[in-house]
Amino acid sequence: MNKRISFRQSVLLGFGGLILFIGLWHGLAISGLVPRVFLPSPLEVYDRFTTLLDRRFAGATLLGHMLASFERFAYGFILAAVVGIPLGLLMGWYRLLDEIVSPLFDALRFVAPIAWVPFAALWFGTGIGGPIMIIFAGAFPPCVINAYRGAKFVDPRLIEAANMLGTPSHRVIREVLVPSSVPSIISGLRVSAGLGWQSLVGAELIVASAGVGYLMVQGQANISTTTVMSGMVAIGLVGLALDSSLRLAERVILRKRGLEN
Amino acid sequence: MSRRVAIGFVTILIVGLIWLMVTSVFGVIPSGRFPSPAETWSALIHVSGRGYGGGDLLLHAYNSLRLVVMGFVFAIITGVPLGLLMGWSRRAEALINPVFLIIRPIPPLAWIPLAILWLGLGDAAKILVIWFAAFVPSVINTFAGVRNIDRPVIEAAYMLGMPRMRFVTEVLVPGASPMMFTGLRLSLQASWTTLVAAELVGAFYGLGRVLNVAQQDLYPGMILVGMGAVAILGWATTRALGMAEARVMSWNTAALAAKG
Repeated sequence: MNKRISFRQSVLLGFGGLILFIGLWHGLAISGLVPRVFLPSPLEVYDRFTTLLDRRFAGATLLGHMLASFERFAYGFILAAVVGIPLGLLMGWYRLLDEIVSPLFDALRFVAPIAWVPFAALWFGTGIGGPIMIIFAGAFPPCVINAYRGAKFVDPRLIEAANMLGTPSHRVIREVLVPSSVPSIISGLRVSAGLGWQSLVGAELIVASAGVGYLMVQGQANISTTTVMSGMVAIGLVGLALDSSLRLAERVILRKRGLEN
Repeated sequence: MSRRVAIGFVTILIVGLIWLMVTSVFGVIPSGRFPSPAETWSALIHVSGRGYGGGDLLLHAYNSLRLVVMGFVFAIITGVPLGLLMGWSRRAEALINPVFLIIRPIPPLAWIPLAILWLGLGDAAKILVIWFAAFVPSVINTFAGVRNIDRPVIEAAYMLGMPRMRFVTEVLVPGASPMMFTGLRLSLQASWTTLVAAELVGAFYGLGRVLNVAQQDLYPGMILVGMGAVAILGWATTRALGMAEARVMSWNTAALAAKG
């Protein structure tokens, strides 16, 4: 908007910002204005993080907890994609199905995924089933909505051309509808991975006996702020890795189809 | 459209009938797993009359709504100006963006244990996490909104020597508001999710507290009532935000046209 700045300036300013942020945090922690127990310095969090990597806390090492979380996430996310994408595509293709499912979907949309926790615990227990259902509740809607949009907004000329050439409808679905919805589906998957990961964390805070969320709850119960912060860092790292890999997949797929701008 | 409404109505009716059939009439689903309509109704009477989990339904709903509104408003007050600043000044963007990049991947729900450590189980911890959940989308979308303003509009304002204050109120804010409202809608959703999670983790009042106690008591009727109440409040606040958006936007176009 106002003056453009050079790349060098922006890198310098960026580092300045980070140093300012970490410096303020460190300064506040060592100043004694706030109890050290509640605001450890960044170095102490780093120490705790590395310790947790090879010492067990709340039943497993940090990596063990991360793996447990990721496993649940993977099941819930894949389930949401496998059910949600075909449902969305079919809703985009068959008008009647759209008209039947949409009102139910709209009614359920306002139930926060986390509000399913009590039923999830009741139906599937607190081991792996319950959390998977919560992740599913978080990740399912974007899968459906984006597949639906993808199918709904296919260039009608493509479908008309296929129809005119006498292509049977299962082939139209497989060879026209699905391929042209792929970009929309992929961006839906990214949203749903983010929401699913966040729901998982919530589920693990409330009902779980392993996973990063559980580690954080235990840290909180033991008033170990460093453990809680290490958990936050771990969650952020896994979330970031998930998002970057999906972003990469998106780029690869779009490039293959010559759609990249 | 009327076909749509009719089919939707029939669908909801059929689902309701199926619900009645599988729970009360044939008993396919035991009432310990999912409540029948009658059990849900009696749970609703229970919580609105005698109260449940420390208060009646209105008290719980009022507490949840109050916390969401406070956290959300606080997030707007802090997030929108920061987003405007970052959109306006490339320097501010360069300075602040990296800090955002490292904090953003941490989902708002992950702040709950820290907020409880810092502020306990009372209102303050919840307002903090809701603020955090709503703050990030407000900033990012306001920022994107400013960057989406047509360059000629800004250049024209410059060329005409518009004073800075008027530039902010008459170009920057109205130009950014469509995306800003998108951000606010996302913020509102995030606020509800976060509040319910925070109340499930620990609270004295609120709809999440109702859900939590009902889960411990194995009381499916009450769970369903709690979920319904959360959904209704979520819908109502989204609706209210949509109305506010319609008002602000119409005012904007009218004001701009009048100045024309």
